[in-house]
Amino acid sequence: MNTVAIRALIRNDLRLYFADRRAVIVGVLVPILIAAFFGRIFGGADQSGEQGKIPIAVVDEDRSRVSQAIAADLASDPLLQVSTSGRVTAREQVKSGKQNAAAVFPQGFGEQATKSLFSGVNKPRVELLVDPSQSTGARVIQGLLAQYSMQEISKEAFSGEYGRKTIDNYLQQLDKLEQTPLRTDLRSLLSAARTLNDRAAADAAAASSSGSSASNAEQHQFGLSIPYTVASTSVTARDNTPYNSYAHSFAGMAVQFILFAGIDAGVLLLLTRQRGIWQRLRSAPLSRSEFMLARALTTTLISLFQIAAIYVAAMLLFKVRMEGSWGAFIAVGISFCLLNATFGLMLATIGRSASTTRSLATMATLLLVMVGGAWVPAFVFPRWLQDASRYVPTRWAVDGLDGATWRGLPFDAAVLPTLVLIGSAAICLLIAIWRFRWEE
Amino acid sequence: MLQVDRISKRYGERVAVNAISFNVAQGETVGLLGPNGAGKTTAIAMISGISRPDSGAVSLGGVSLAQDTNALKRRVGLVPQDLALYEELSAWANLQLFGGLYGLGAAQLQQRAKAALALVGLADRSADRVKTFSGGMKRRLNIAGALLHEPDLILLDEPTVGVDPQSRNAIFDNLEELKRRGKTLVYTTHYMEEAERLCDRVLILDHGQILANETVAYFKQQYTNLEAAFMQLTGRALRDGAES
Repeated sequence: MNTVAIRALIRNDLRLYFADRRAVIVGVLVPILIAAFFGRIFGGADQSGEQGKIPIAVVDEDRSRVSQAIAADLASDPLLQVSTSGRVTAREQVKSGKQNAAAVFPQGFGEQATKSLFSGVNKPRVELLVDPSQSTGARVIQGLLAQYSMQEISKEAFSGEYGRKTIDNYLQQLDKLEQTPLRTDLRSLLSAARTLNDRAAADAAAASSSGSSASNAEQHQFGLSIPYTVASTSVTARDNTPYNSYAHSFAGMAVQFILFAGIDAGVLLLLTRQRGIWQRLRSAPLSRSEFMLARALTTTLISLFQIAAIYVAAMLLFKVRMEGSWGAFIAVGISFCLLNATFGLMLATIGRSASTTRSLATMATLLLVMVGGAWVPAFVFPRWLQDASRYVPTRWAVDGLDGATWRGLPFDAAVLPTLVLIGSAAICLLIAIWRFRWEE
Repeated sequence: MLQVDRISKRYGERVAVNAISFNVAQGETVGLLGPNGAGKTTAIAMISGISRPDSGAVSLGGVSLAQDTNALKRRVGLVPQDLALYEELSAWANLQLFGGLYGLGAAQLQQRAKAALALVGLADRSADRVKTFSGGMKRRLNIAGALLHEPDLILLDEPTVGVDPQSRNAIFDNLEELKRRGKTLVYTTHYMEEAERLCDRVLILDHGQILANETVAYFKQQYTNLEAAFMQLTGRALRDGAES
């Protein structure tokens, strides 16, 4: 083994890489900038489980106590960012994407909804104008609207003026009908509700006249509410450790731009073959395996430099932490860099012209990183794509890096991704060895 | 020193070199002359070990190329027709690579690189990037790159192509100095005056075959000068085929 020649080739290729400042900037600075952008979009470094608020418009054409109370409830919900407007304005805002949805409470909504609570007929219609590109947000709004409507309408039924009128109306209708055991029981129930309503109204009036605050007056109102609360906890590496979306975006961008460096290495080799330097290399006492080894080691070293530089920036500037195992990070990182090196060699052996190879390889790489979850986490993909992405090595690289960082997984979790990456590297290497033309 | 015995090379249907044989003695300078597509570059590629002959054998100092390619390569220095340089790197960095390929250690490499740069008159430009060099300087550095491992045989494939007369003269001085040092040179060129000035013997190739293998003095005696011999032997028809 001509180790002096291998060292000379590696040193030379590293010199060439660092002599090309554009390549260094593209390979290190650009992924940092793009990862910062994606990380910021997906929430940043200090998320306490609170997601971005969903913008909705409320159009209150009813102006009743019920509709106003529902609007107030929606406005106070941490998931929503509520603004009020007219119907025409709200529709335009949804159409232009400024609001995910608009809820329109029609005139008479409060009274009609209270009546319908008992009768189940002539239900008023709340119009929900939704942006079709924001269907997930629209479903959240529907759920919250149902919750707050039920809460406020039942409160009105048992404590408010519409409720009194409705119950009185029902009692009068019952008195006109023939008495049956069922109607007698229903009358008792409605009478009790009416008494409850009167007492609540009297207490509220007393509280109001004695100068108590509005919230005290509200304490005398009764209504139905969801009989449980939800405690939402982000399951990250450790309790009380918030999710840092930069951790994923840096993993994705590191994978993508290291693959780009692999393409550059392959194209450089193709270009070298077309230049006089190839004849000089071929005339030297250097074997095919020594040459390929030198190229693979150089690309591995450049890839390792890239991943190290990208993650140093991630840790220093974006609070990305190795919540899991450093060993896992190193194992996944090195195996991915090896894969990248053999990927570059393979490209150089199957490509014909440099420009065509670069174009096709870039397209394939973008597809690989997209399907591999480098841009957005794979769990947002449809199920079939999630399954398909398991056959893509970039998915294993991203998952392995995610596991070592924000997921906080132990070293064991990196074993399978590492093996998959090394196996993929072996396949690329075999193809490269099979196809590599050394003799002219 | 160099024995070339009936080597042939075919690319598809086209025969680039057809069973050529010749010997080159130690310290001799031999010119390979031929029109475009005559087979000069292919012959150089086979002698340097870049290209494997389809048939025939090349041996240097009794060691066959087929037996031990690397041993032969260590004794041969190739100056390719295309510039074999990394333009983004300094002259020194280029020489570090070329010396390293032949297993030269740091101290030895430093000494040889200095000597090679001094020979080609680039000692004061060693730290400069090659892309800042003129065409003639690049050609001279191209030659320096083949000298670091002190080869016995230096193969030069049109080393003066595309340079101005001053640079060509400087390169010629370099080659004459190598000849004085006892190096064996095999040299391809289109310039007859170069061959007349430098070569002890000239082989005229065409269509992959050797048409003549004589001393310069012989050609002058028989054909007035080398150019007349060349034109008479190869004909006046235009050769627009690719060099091979």
